[in-house]
Amino acid sequence: MSVSIDISFKLNGVNVRTKVTPGMSALEMLRDELQLTGTKYGCGEGECGACTINVDGQSLNSCLLFAADCDGREIVTIEGLATDARAEALKKSFVNSGAVQCGFCTPGFVVQAWHMLGKTQHPTPDQIRRGIEGNLCRCTGYKKIVEAIADAGALLS
Amino acid sequence: MAGAEETKTNDSLIGKRIPKMDAPEKASGKTRYVHDINLPGQLHAKILRSSQVHAKIVSIDTSAARALPGVHAVITGADVPWQRPIGVAKDHLPLKTDRVRSPRDEIAAVAAESEEIAAAALKLIKVVYEPLPIVATSEESLKSGATLVHGDDLIVPGPDGKPQVVHKGSKDNVAMTFDYGQGDIAKGEADSDTVVEDVFWLHYVTHCCMGVSGVLAEFDAQENLLLYSNTQVPFLHKREFAELMGMDPGRIRIIQPPIGGGFGSKLDIYPFEPIAIYLAKITRRPIKLVFTREEEFAASPTRQPVLLKMRSGCNKDGKLTFRDVETVHDNGAYTSWGATTPFVMMQTISSLYRVPNCRYRTRAIYTNNPYAGSFRGYGNLQATFAVEAHMDKLAEAIGKDPLEFRLDNAQEPGEVTPQGMHFKSCGFKNCLKTAAEHSDYQEKFRTSISKWNNGNPIKRGVGMASMLHVGGGAKIYQSDGCGTIIKIDDFAHVTLITGASEIGQGSETVLAQLACEELGLPLSAVTVVNSDTDIKPWDVGVHASRTTFIAGNSAIGAARKAKAKILATAAAKFNVEPDTLNLRAGCVIEKASGKKLIEIDKLIRSLHFSDKAELVMTTHYYEPPSQKQDKAFRGDVSAAYAWATQVVEIEVDTDTGIVKLLKVTGAHDVGRVINRLGIEGQIEGGVVMGQGYALTENLIVENGVVRNPNFRDYKLVTAPEIPEIDISFIETMDGEGPQGAKGVGEAPAICVAAAVANAIYNATGVRITALPFTPENVYRALRSNAQPPTWIAAA
Repeated sequence: MSVSIDISFKLNGVNVRTKVTPGMSALEMLRDELQLTGTKYGCGEGECGACTINVDGQSLNSCLLFAADCDGREIVTIEGLATDARAEALKKSFVNSGAVQCGFCTPGFVVQAWHMLGKTQHPTPDQIRRGIEGNLCRCTGYKKIVEAIADAGALLS
Repeated sequence: MAGAEETKTNDSLIGKRIPKMDAPEKASGKTRYVHDINLPGQLHAKILRSSQVHAKIVSIDTSAARALPGVHAVITGADVPWQRPIGVAKDHLPLKTDRVRSPRDEIAAVAAESEEIAAAALKLIKVVYEPLPIVATSEESLKSGATLVHGDDLIVPGPDGKPQVVHKGSKDNVAMTFDYGQGDIAKGEADSDTVVEDVFWLHYVTHCCMGVSGVLAEFDAQENLLLYSNTQVPFLHKREFAELMGMDPGRIRIIQPPIGGGFGSKLDIYPFEPIAIYLAKITRRPIKLVFTREEEFAASPTRQPVLLKMRSGCNKDGKLTFRDVETVHDNGAYTSWGATTPFVMMQTISSLYRVPNCRYRTRAIYTNNPYAGSFRGYGNLQATFAVEAHMDKLAEAIGKDPLEFRLDNAQEPGEVTPQGMHFKSCGFKNCLKTAAEHSDYQEKFRTSISKWNNGNPIKRGVGMASMLHVGGGAKIYQSDGCGTIIKIDDFAHVTLITGASEIGQGSETVLAQLACEELGLPLSAVTVVNSDTDIKPWDVGVHASRTTFIAGNSAIGAARKAKAKILATAAAKFNVEPDTLNLRAGCVIEKASGKKLIEIDKLIRSLHFSDKAELVMTTHYYEPPSQKQDKAFRGDVSAAYAWATQVVEIEVDTDTGIVKLLKVTGAHDVGRVINRLGIEGQIEGGVVMGQGYALTENLIVENGVVRNPNFRDYKLVTAPEIPEIDISFIETMDGEGPQGAKGVGEAPAICVAAAVANAIYNATGVRITALPFTPENVYRALRSNAQPPTWIAAA
């Protein structure tokens, strides 16, 4: 029922082409068109961080990015972090620190923390708390998430 | 995995830091929640909700919506004349036919080829309303002459097709009442040297599960119904859905994909679930219905707001003499579990401390507000808030240290309360002392008071609160049990099939630990199956902090039967008595010497592939030794009770009203720690949820409308705001608990707001009796500009 736009971009290291509609968000494109469901819908308005992805080296809420604006960009999602060493360290420390309960927010936290550790390998606890303030978690109380990110930073050095 | 390594060294798994078994999937984004599941041929459903708060429905015109390309079905109540009521009081039809009582009310639903088309179709539905007066508060609702929210009988066709009254119209707006009494209030008051009285206001909050509500419904060619559901009570819901649809419950299968947060919100059936089923039945296609976040805020349950009047007394020796409580609960427009939370509140009011004379009267009142559900703590946050404020006030009035005053009135092991609760294990006094000691509570309490008038606008304070909650299930249904099936294959791999539901709390890991402990196998040898009602045995559901206790005992029971069979086989093979043998590190060993006799897998193969040809498969159903309470609310409702004390330290900026939670020092009687990592996570998460209740969260409902249905205006606690958390575990080794454990899920959220209120008083000398402690509310209270809550005159 709508006009569609052809776009091409690099997704998790692979060049992709897809058709998107003008109102579609990057989140909807990833989940509904490309079946990458690791990126979650939590609020649709950039307040919860469950849909965090990486675009051209920047951490973004994919619900606030138009799919059409992904054209020509380089995008990394949680699925693209399957073999990345920094992400592996993070995932392992999230598991071992007990930073995962219902797990719905976890991919967003991992992508955000992956970005943070890329910029600052040994963030202070305060920097970590600031770095994840855009991600909401209702289960854990954040303490173990902060510990997990600090542990991953230490593990990587 | 850490668990596996620990078993190799032949250590016990109990009390260790065991990573959650499903965490690797979740951390890598591979876990498929209900939102991530798509079935071939599925249609997307959306619901049209009322644009009015309270109104008669004059007409609904769906013709334009039906004509929209891509729309497969548009339904209203008229299309499902056979629909049956839902909810605790059966006062509620999924699709409203003649009247809406709340802006969340469901009027029509669309099934279409995409969410976009379904949303477009909703806009084409024309509804004509005739507005009715809005009943916006309990106070208005109780006034004589108030508009009745459920004044008319709700009549639907019965099973025989004849009209049946399913909910009687009421002459007032009272939805439900609870009255409890023990001793003699007049005598208690006469025995008192000091009496205090306050009115408290406990506000609206909501669950904010990170995964929004959603369901998939599909009928197969033989009319069997399959649901992918986030329910916390799959077996109860099978029965209810069967009644709603006039089906045999045996033809309903519920699959529970991993759930994006529960916290009590999924204990009831909500209209969207039957609506999805109606659409699946009508379209013959799988139906997927997922909320938006705005819809989640407006149309999912709340923790109910409570106005609470409490009068308490003690004598000059510091013994409580009486407590008299009356509450009014805003039930909202329909009755869900929120109306029954007084059942838990009265336990705290009557039995957290020893109080010989006690009365508790409560009414849940219909209004046109969002309706109240169950939420972690189930009324206990509200009751504890009032009880613990009065413990501080009474202590101050008679010049006693607040810790000493609590210790003088605290429950002890062996106590049977007037309500009939038997505290077989009770670490309450130890919780009080430990939390006080680790936080240096008494010294800090005195220091803060000495600084009230020192001119510094930044004040520090400490506050203490304790809690009692069920820790061994809660017998509110005919059975509070859970079944387990264990099968061990010929490679000694265990499939643990439990009735229990996993909602992120870590039950699968705890149950695997408990089974492995019996079977002498590593955690890596276990697969837990817990999400399919066609496979798993019955369980009453995940609520009341019951899963570790009830499902844990059930898993242990099944594992012990498997162990007995393995040992009997080994005993016959080695010609010894079974009780001389044990299972450790994957082997049958001689108990006395520790000598390995045979690997378990090898032994099982020899059993399986022998002339006897048997498998190791066992079942166990555990029913806790607890009682359903009688009509006077007396009875030992739980097999064990959990206790905790939390001390909070705060900073109040008296210039801005900002309250910062600096530290929470907790001591929790958990019976025994099974998984240290998991239990820390439960407590930290609960504390921060309690922090949100105290300081930041506030569902603003004005004239029936939720004004802040988003995370920008409804403020959850974020990472930079979390306090330092120091938790001690008091291990009382409960005699009935699995390995001595008691439930803990709800406990940590209960005390925080009560303790923060006491800390604000300790910091400033101002007692605030209304939540939440947002900067504006605190600022006004500190300047005496706040109107303290008042009791409803009409009540």
